[in-house]
Parts: sequence; structure tokens; C-alpha cells
Amino acid sequence: MSQSAKTLLEVSNLTMRFGGLLAVDGVSFELHDKEVFAIIGPNGAGKTTVFNCIGGFYRPTGGSIRLDGESIEGKASHVVARKGLVRTFQNVRLFKQLTVLENLLVAQHSLINTSLFSGLFKSRAYRQSEEQAQARAAHWLDLLHLREFANREAGNLAYGLQRRLEIARCMITDPRVLMLDEPAAGLNPQEKRDLQVLIDLLRRDYNVAVLLIEHDMSLVMGISDRVLVMEHGCPIVTGLPAEVQRDPRVIKAYLGEE
Amino acid sequence: MFSRVKTALFAAIIAGVIIAPVFGLQITRVGMATTIVPEWNMIFRGMAIVFVFHLIRPYLAKFIFKPKAKFTAPVMGDKGRKALTFLLIAIALIWPFFSGRSQVDIATLVLIYVMLGLGLNIVVGYAGLLDLGFVGFYAVGAYTYALMYHWLGLGFWWALPCAGIMAGIFGYILGFPVLRLRGDYLAIVTLGFGEIIRLLLINLYDFTGGPDGISGIPKPTVFGFPMARRAPEGETTFHDLMGWSFNNQDVVIYLYMLALVLALITLFVSNRLIRMPVGRAWEALREDEIACRSLGLNPTGIKLSAFTIGATFAGFGGAFFAARQGIVNPESFGFIESALILAIVVLGGMGSQIGVILAAILLTVVPEIARGFAEYRMLVFGLVMVLMMVWRPQGLMPVKRPTVELKA
Repeated sequence: MSQSAKTLLEVSNLTMRFGGLLAVDGVSFELHDKEVFAIIGPNGAGKTTVFNCIGGFYRPTGGSIRLDGESIEGKASHVVARKGLVRTFQNVRLFKQLTVLENLLVAQHSLINTSLFSGLFKSRAYRQSEEQAQARAAHWLDLLHLREFANREAGNLAYGLQRRLEIARCMITDPRVLMLDEPAAGLNPQEKRDLQVLIDLLRRDYNVAVLLIEHDMSLVMGISDRVLVMEHGCPIVTGLPAEVQRDPRVIKAYLGEE
Repeated sequence: MFSRVKTALFAAIIAGVIIAPVFGLQITRVGMATTIVPEWNMIFRGMAIVFVFHLIRPYLAKFIFKPKAKFTAPVMGDKGRKALTFLLIAIALIWPFFSGRSQVDIATLVLIYVMLGLGLNIVVGYAGLLDLGFVGFYAVGAYTYALMYHWLGLGFWWALPCAGIMAGIFGYILGFPVLRLRGDYLAIVTLGFGEIIRLLLINLYDFTGGPDGISGIPKPTVFGFPMARRAPEGETTFHDLMGWSFNNQDVVIYLYMLALVLALITLFVSNRLIRMPVGRAWEALREDEIACRSLGLNPTGIKLSAFTIGATFAGFGGAFFAARQGIVNPESFGFIESALILAIVVLGGMGSQIGVILAAILLTVVPEIARGFAEYRMLVFGLVMVLMMVWRPQGLMPVKRPTVELKA
């Protein structure tokens, strides 16, 4: 990805403190259009905290977050999501008792006609908007090979399918930034390869920039344009995957000192 | 065999100990003297029943559970379901004309509970917000009509929409402080809310009549013609208009029909709501609030809408209740009433409308039939709830997810 691409998300000097614990300390990075940017680091490095700050689940102690030039730090999470920044969760958070299809319909809540009266009287506009919502859902079900499960309860799906559904549920909101928190955790090798293909497809065809937290190095090195390595809440290196892999500080963080 | 006899004997003795003070000691009064007469017959008979039961219990279990044929409800298409619905509505419309007065009266009560159950079902069943103060909104609805009549002289048809709106406003107001609460904490706050309403009604003596409540509330009119034996000055009663003689049965049937219409409207609206975006959002909120927020759904609005709409239904139910009773007082709106409505929702199966209707019928009709056991009513009630939770925690009629045929 060339440096001249448009900056979509700009995080600068992000700090998050929980009482005496400095969970995130001065993290800065930029996410460009259609870029896949990975954040890696040992467990407890503060990666998910960074996600929570960006997504509005935590109010950062310091620093700024800008989406397309607009400051979003400290905004409520549903407001941030409506601006086109959505995420998946480390431990899948589906609406378990709802069907797969309903999961995808709920996700479109902010896009569709939610007026009470037009719904009660099934107005024309309401029916059209419901049909469109279903059509969009059908599109994503097809793309992710989930159509045959459309009327199953989401909680009864196999784990790999649940992960896929969670991504579909994010994508159906037409996001600009997709944040994936360990999307490959618990997947088998084949599913990991599929995931890599999927992420490539999403950014190419659906114009979304991907922010990725992942422990699976082959996945990270395979699809990321740039990588940020964190340790103990601090950013260590940002760079191309190949550079990062060779960096002695990164090796030290992961393997410890000689 | 010996061990079985031993257990049976032991069970019989325990039974005897329990039976003796309850049935075995009869109090007889002869003139001034009161004496306790032990009824050995009763005690021994009870012990014998328990003994025999325990002896044959293993065979009994085999006998009962052997045919493991699973009962499955017949699957109906959309057409079949529609036909059945119409049939049921037709029956509900016709039967009161061939039935006794007290039966129709009980059916009216059932319909009020159906309304309340469907209202609470939105809050508890769909949105997953445990509300123990639901009766508060019911009270608001009832008192809205009572007070509007008492102070302004307005009739039922004016008061009905106002009662719904008032209860809705109260639901909205309660929604605010509890937005951040979930589960147990929410339950406690709503419980307190219900009590506050009741205490306000008792203590605002000059306005609400305090513990005596307000009486003489008129029944709903038929297009402006009162349904009563004698009309107030300058008005014609309905039976005069029609040239009938006055019959109390007509009033009871009229009230029943009104309740039926209100309950059907409630059913229709809540049935529609759950298939609408707002209904889906309620269910999503129940499943996972954080995931909701991450997808741009605003939990505040969703919770408030659930509280408001649920309360509105209770308000309609309350106004009708006031009209039916002719008198309202705070006693009708105690915690036990909240518990009963909640029991209807839980027993029926959270989120299941058919279940709620069934449970409303069950929990209203059974106590009426078993009038003779009136003292044991709460005992049986509690027992049924415990057994339900053990054997069928999902309720009588668990929710079935809607199946949607997607276009290619």
C-alpha cells in the first residue's frame, strides 16, 4: 500500500489507564483506505484495549482518535459504529437465540425504516425496506456460504460458522473500518486459509479497511500491509511484515532475552 | 423387597407425622368448650396410601414412562394457522351467548390477564428486562380512568386512550433510572417502583380517595348509550334504545366482548411488533447488549421503547379493569399481582404469545374452579411454578423462531 493513500483512521498517542495500570501507553498509527493493518503482541499487551478505545467501549485517558478527520474518542460505541467503524469480538458475540438471518437483519437496524406506525400497518415503504434488508442479508449469506443455515439459531452453529457469521453481521452495516479481534482463534487450518481469502475479498470488493488483532503469524504475515507490535501497552515497532519479523526488539518481546 | 418395605414404612411414618396436625386433629366445639379430637382414621388412611404408593412406585414408574412416544404438535401451514385463528375467534365470539354469567365473567378476567401478560411479555420475554413492578402501570391505567371520571366526569372511551398514554409516560419515566441496570438490580428497582405507585395511591388521600379508592365508576357506554338499568338524567339507556328489557347478562357479555377486542388488538400489535425492526432489536438487546452497541443499535432507545410499549398495554388493561369492577382501590395493585403477571409470562414461555394466553387461562381459571381449596391457592401456585421450572423451564409453549424463505 503506498503512503499516498488516504488516511481513514488516525490514532495518535492513545493512552488508557485503569487506576494504577497503564494498559495502553502512547499508541499511534494510521489506517489507510483498503489497508489491512495488524496489531500483534504477547498476551496482555493491550491490543484489545486499543480496540475498545477506538470502538467507544472505553473512554481513553489520553490521545486522539480521528475517523476521516472527525474526532471520535469518547463517543458512545453505538455512535462510533454508525459512523462506519464496527468490530468482532475475541469471544464470539452473536445473538445466540436469534436465527442467522435475524442476526443479519438486526445489524441493519440503523439502515432501515424503523418507524412504528409504518410497521404496524405494513406500509409500502416498510415492506420495501424489509425486502431490501432481506436481500442484503441473502447476499452476505451467499458470499459466506451460510445460506443453508439461514433459519438456524445462531448459537447452534459450528464455531467456525459463528465466526464467519459475526464478520457477515459487521459487513452488512456497510462499514468503512472493520476491526477483527483474533478472527482466526479456534479455526482449523482450512478455515484459516478461507479467512485470509475472505479478508482479501472484503477489502478489495467492499472497500473496507481492516484493523486486525491476531496471534496466528502466518495469517498476519500473509495478509497485512503493515504491522504494529505492542508489548506491555507500549508500541514497539510499526512496519512492513517482513521488517517487523526481523526486528530484534520484536523477537525479544516474544521470545525473551538471551 | 425388604428394603422397599422399609422405605415405604419410613415414608408412611413421616406422612403420619405430617398428616396428624393438619387433618388428624379436629377441633370440635360443644357449647363453650373447645376440644381437640384426634381422628385416627384419617391419619391411618393417609399413612396406608403413602405406604402402598411407595411399595408399587417402581412398577408405577415403569408403567407410566414405558411408552416413550414423543408428542409432537401437528405442523400447520400458514393457511391452516389462519383458519384455526379465525375458528378460535369465532368460538370466542359465540360461546358467551350460550353460557352462564359467572363463566363469562371469569373469561373477561382471563382476557384482562392476557392483555397484561402480553404487555409484560414485551418487557420480560422480548427485551429481557426483569420487571417486578409491572402492576404499577396497571394501576396507573385504572386510576387514570377512575380519576378522570371522578374529577372531570369523562367516560370510558375518553379515558381509554388517556390511560394507555399515561401508563406509557410512566413506563418511559421508569425507563430512565433503570437504563444502566440489568438483572437483579433492575428487578429490585422496578419492584420499588410498583410499591411507590401503590403507596402514592394510598397516601394522596384527597386526590385518589386513599385506601377506600374510588367507586361508582360507570361501565363503558355503547356508542354513548349507557348499559345500565337506569340512565342518568337526560340520557337513554341502551336497552331502552333497542326496546329490550334490561338484563344483567347483556352487560356481562358486552364487557366480555370489549375485553376480547382489546385483547385481540394487543395480540395483533405485539405479534406485529416482534417481527418489526424494533422487536428484533429488543431480542438482540436481551441476547447481548455489547454486540448491539457494536452494531450501532442504541440500547437507551430500545429499552425505553420496550418499557413504554409494555406499560401502554398495561394501561389499557387497567382502564378496562376499572370499568369492569366499578371500583378501584390500591389493594388490587399489590406485589402479588405483579408476581401473578410475571408467572403468566414465565409459565407460558418467555416471549411466546400463545404460551402467555394459555398460561393466563390456566392461572385464572384453575383457582376459580378450585374455589374449595381457596386456602391452598398460593401453595398450589408455588408448587406449580417449582415443578414447571424443574421440568419445563422453557415454559408451556416455548418460542419458535420464525422461518423465512429467502429469495434467490
